[in-house]
This record gives sequence, structure tokens and C-alpha cells, in this order.
Amino acid sequence: MAKDVKPRVKVPGTAAAGEVVSIKTLISHQMESGQRKDKDGNLIPRSIINRFTCDFNGMNVIDVALDPAISTNPYFEFAARVDASGEFKFTWYDDDGSIYEDAKSITVS
Amino acid sequence: MKFRALASTCAIVAFAGVAANADPADDTLVINGEIPIVTHTDAAPPYIEGLTEQYSGWHFREADTRAMEQDDFDNPGMLGVEAAAANWNEVDGTAGKACASCHEAPESMAGVRTQMPKYSEAKGTMMTLEMYINECRTERMGAEAWGWDDAAMVNMTALISSVSRGLPMNVAVDGPAAPYWEQGKEMYYTRYGQLELSCANCHEDNYGNYIRADHLSQGQINGFPVYRLKDAKLSSIHNRFKGCVRDTRAETFKPGSPEFIALEVYVASRGNGLSVESPSIRN
Repeated sequence: MAKDVKPRVKVPGTAAAGEVVSIKTLISHQMESGQRKDKDGNLIPRSIINRFTCDFNGMNVIDVALDPAISTNPYFEFAARVDASGEFKFTWYDDDGSIYEDAKSITVS
Repeated sequence: MKFRALASTCAIVAFAGVAANADPADDTLVINGEIPIVTHTDAAPPYIEGLTEQYSGWHFREADTRAMEQDDFDNPGMLGVEAAAANWNEVDGTAGKACASCHEAPESMAGVRTQMPKYSEAKGTMMTLEMYINECRTERMGAEAWGWDDAAMVNMTALISSVSRGLPMNVAVDGPAAPYWEQGKEMYYTRYGQLELSCANCHEDNYGNYIRADHLSQGQINGFPVYRLKDAKLSSIHNRFKGCVRDTRAETFKPGSPEFIALEVYVASRGNGLSVESPSIRN
């Protein structure tokens, strides 16, 4: 089990209908590549976030496959068009089977 | 900078046409849209003879690195600050106390970082922020001292520094601090290592120029601890000193050694007037 994993997201609280908003996400995770060795020469097992998705009102916004070359604390910034009020749902999938989730609502004025 | 580079040796004149424009970036830093940071001054303190102006290391980094520091969400150093904030409230040691038991919120530490390192009358010695933290841990909390470069220690210095962001560095250089300051200054201008480089050779004579692929800064420490992108973690002042001395191919002093404490006093004073910027982001 990866330690101290904490997702964070930043989404504007309000938007105009049809506006393209910028979304920032970050998850604290060590992203152990599986290629490093410890002091005794044993391979440190791979432990990374391997997939990240964002959905808005059930519709997929982004779906990312992550590989071991991605650095610690993976950060994604992307844009989404918001036509109606709703909820962004963020999901991170860990190698160990853990799933981390976060959600943020946005109101269209 | 250009003038100095041109004037110093003809070899540099010959290559000046090849060098990329390496002047410090003309830019201003406001964190979270609300904390203006003084990253440049037109005059160094009078006791710093070698500098006519001060630049935070922020000016010497690329635009995308500079941008990361403008919003705490984009600043990975804030992960360390968050970890320390959790630690702040955690009881540790035989006295059953947490930092919060005496100091309430971390915001009560505002201004502390601006004076570090500071001479302690009670201890009769020069103390850095790390030493004050360990003094609290061992003498008031009954907890184990943290190592100088332990993640918990570096994170805690980042938390305590972060609440001083925007306040000007104001390290005492006179009174009981004077002998430490003098020792630090002596070290700053002493050539170390097989490469025979002093701090001043790079950070005073050549800031703004490139040393191979590295853009030399003034070596200011107002942004420490810094989040170094290449390490993907926060790095302490003394750890950076160690790296610099090692790069001169010298046997380095240890983090927490009297030599590095004296050097920290002097280097911090070179930045008096610049805002605290920690945790900053550098390469």
C-alpha cells in the first residue's frame, strides 16, 4: 500500500455556459518505477498510479494511462467545456488496487 | 552583467557572441495573487561590498519553473508544507506535547524565518531554524531530535518559512552575530576544492552567466528550503551548500557543522531585503 497518498483538485466554482475551464489535479504518490534497487541490491517493487480519469456528469473528459517514467506526485492540467452545472469526478488507480477519488461541483450561471 | 563579463577576460569576449542571453528574467512574482514577493532590489545592504543589486534565484529559472511558484496548488513544495502542518498538531515525546500545544497555529511563526539564523542568548550560540526546532523537540517535547536533512525536519522548516512569505529577510550581522558573520564571509571568498572555486567566483562574479548548462544565480537563500525539480523533494540550505562545495571537488563540511552555520549567517545577510519565498522551486 502506497503511503501518504492524497489527491488534490482545483476547479473553478462557477462558469458561464459553454465556457472552457482549466482544471488542475495533483496526487501525492511516490511513483516507484520498479527499476531502482535498495541499499542491499534488491529491486524495489513497482508501485505507481497507472490510470487517471476525469468524468463530468457521467461523461468522460480525460482518461490517462500512466507509465513508470512519470515522476513522483503526478500533476495534470487540462481544459473542459462546461455546458451545464454538474460535478467533476476524478479517479486515480494504484498498482496495488487502491482507488483514490475526489469530486468538485461547478455551477453554470 | 554583460559589461563585467566582457571586461573580465578576452576569452569571454571571444565567446560572447555565442552565449545565449542569460540576464536574469525581467518578471515579478506574486504568490496566489495576493502575496507580492520582493525578488529584486536596486541596492544590496551596505555591508555586502560585492553586490550592487540583489536577485532572488527565481529570476534565473525558466518561465515555466517561475510560473509554478505563483500558485500554491502548482507548487510541489507545498506538499511538504502540508505534511508538516499535520505534524504540527501531532503529539510527540514524553511531555505529551505537539508544536500546537505552545505555538497554536503555524501562522504564529510569521516573521521567524526572516531572522534566521539568530544568536541565542540562552544557548550562547548561533542557532538556525533547524536548531530551534530541535531545541523545542528535545527540551520541551521530550522527543527525539530530527536529523538536519530528515524529511520531517525539512518539511517543518518549509512550513515555518511559508508563513513568512512576503516579509523581508532581516538577519542580524552585528553584536553577537558579528564573529559568525565574519567567519562566513571569510568562507564565502575562500577558494575550495580541486577546482579552486569560492562561492563568490560563481555567485558574485558570474551570476547571470552559464556554467555549462546551469544558469548561475546569486546563491540567495531567501527561498529555502527549495523544492528541487531534479530531486522531486525539498532541500535544506546546508544540503545545497554541501552540493556546491562538492561541485568544487572539495571534501565538504557536514550539514549542521559550525562552518555551514557561519556561512548561512553570511549568505542569509546577502539577501537581507529580499522577501522570504520558501518553499521556492528551482531546477
